[in-house]
Amino acid sequence: MDFVSALTVFVLAIFVGFEIITKVPPTLHTPLMSGSNAISGISLVGAVLSAGGALAAGDTAFSILGMQLSLANILGFVAVVFATLNVVGGFLVTHRMLGMFKRKD
Amino acid sequence: MSPEMVNIAYLIASVLFIFGLKGLTHPRTAVRGNFLGALGMLLAVVVTLIQGNLSFTLIFAGILVGSAIGVLLATKIEMTAMPQLVAVFNGFGGAASVLVAGAELSNTFSEPGLQTAVAIVLSGLIGAVTFWGSMVAFGKLQGIKMVPDQPVRYPGEQIVKVLLLLGSLALGAVVIGDYTAVSSYWWLVLAASVLGVLLVIAIGGADMPVVVALLNSYSGLAAAATGFVLSNSVLIVAGSLVGASGLILTNIMCKAMNRSLANVLFGGFGAVQTTSSADDVYGGKVKSTSPDELAMLLDGASRVVIVPGYGMAVAQAQHAVRDLYNILEANGITVEFAIHPVAGRMPGHMNVLLAEADIPYDKLIEMDAINPTMQQVDIAIVLGANDVVNPLARTDPESPIAGMPIIDVDKARTVIVIKRSLSPGFAGIPNPLFAAENALMLFGDGKKMMQESVTALKEG
Repeated sequence: MDFVSALTVFVLAIFVGFEIITKVPPTLHTPLMSGSNAISGISLVGAVLSAGGALAAGDTAFSILGMQLSLANILGFVAVVFATLNVVGGFLVTHRMLGMFKRKD
Repeated sequence: MSPEMVNIAYLIASVLFIFGLKGLTHPRTAVRGNFLGALGMLLAVVVTLIQGNLSFTLIFAGILVGSAIGVLLATKIEMTAMPQLVAVFNGFGGAASVLVAGAELSNTFSEPGLQTAVAIVLSGLIGAVTFWGSMVAFGKLQGIKMVPDQPVRYPGEQIVKVLLLLGSLALGAVVIGDYTAVSSYWWLVLAASVLGVLLVIAIGGADMPVVVALLNSYSGLAAAATGFVLSNSVLIVAGSLVGASGLILTNIMCKAMNRSLANVLFGGFGAVQTTSSADDVYGGKVKSTSPDELAMLLDGASRVVIVPGYGMAVAQAQHAVRDLYNILEANGITVEFAIHPVAGRMPGHMNVLLAEADIPYDKLIEMDAINPTMQQVDIAIVLGANDVVNPLARTDPESPIAGMPIIDVDKARTVIVIKRSLSPGFAGIPNPLFAAENALMLFGDGKKMMQESVTALKEG
């Protein structure tokens, strides 16, 4: 993706975000925050690519538990832990919160 | 999978995120919305995994560890600890962006394009501010001693922050100019980390709703920046959706206090001289009452409005409030809850606590909707709220809260204020409501006073 396409996607998505979120009622502001927060854990995709990438030609290899790892692999691994924590914890706690919102009947 | 197929899957994931957020616009569709968001995430990750050339050992180990911690935190934590949990999750998203950008930089062996280089710097900068800002917010909300709830202020603090930002940008310029300067990237992350700590430590507890919303926005922007690094559409879309969402919440919170974002972040209360002392306002005019008397008053009422504040969360009084609500409704009295947008420590904090106590959400009324009907309210009960019901906001243009929209409880026929003492709220000013003709103070712990009132109602 070239820069202009990426920027186009970015700007349009911000507008979509504004349009949708302004309709969220104050009652749901906390679940909105924790749910959108879980979505921002999408950096998990990038983390997975770094953690599992093959050693490149110029890489310094570290030997850990019998695996030949690059610095990018190790950083990626920690990023996978953090991002997964964000994603799994975020969606789960949002679900738990939303389960409590009931109507009068 | 071909790159086209991968990108189409990412497109579907992006659409799922949009539908997910759209679902969150109504309590009836919110559970499904959250589910759609999770489905989009699953799709994006699975597609990334199977596109080939990845070794799975580290990835699965990481996912396993992260899931275990995430599940544990999300299921075990008390609802009252929700603001700090949201802050923690948020921070880890930011940290992931820092690490991914760092990994990408250390794995770059030929001149990257300007887009990639700039995006790496931005991911590191925004991500580090998000992580450390969120950790400090967590400390403040959790009440950790090392991190005081009060704003931490010192001479020249704004200069220190500006210097840190300029230093970070200078280090960023080095990285952009020379992609082999990997150590400059980590120095940049360090400077941004200190900046994140200093930015949030200068903000007081009651301004946390703004901070939490703003950090939420940053974590999205950090993810979007990482998307620019990897030229990955789903990261850009998801990141900018969250960035927009956080910005809107931040804006709503600022408006609800009639303050600018700059004032919340860099100004704050405390500098303004109060125009009247507590003695002038309260001297001999404050009337106190008892739970028995409150029960008698409630017996004769037909419409009651309860205004909760952070004090309700501190006293864990939400279940006792539910008991009062149930007994009043059973006696045919209309009970509603008036919610100020910045009541509590995060956007929507009061709503979550009351929902946990099984109060139906259609009984929670927004400030703008309930204010015009306040004159028809027989009894308004203020439970652990202070600044958000202070009439000085309307009457005193010199007051630090001048122009802040408040819940007009003073217009109700009788106001009962449940509070431990006459101590001021976060804004540090006395509240003339407590000395008003139609106001009665019920001094004591919120939960205990609620329980005693319920007992008195049952006996009467």
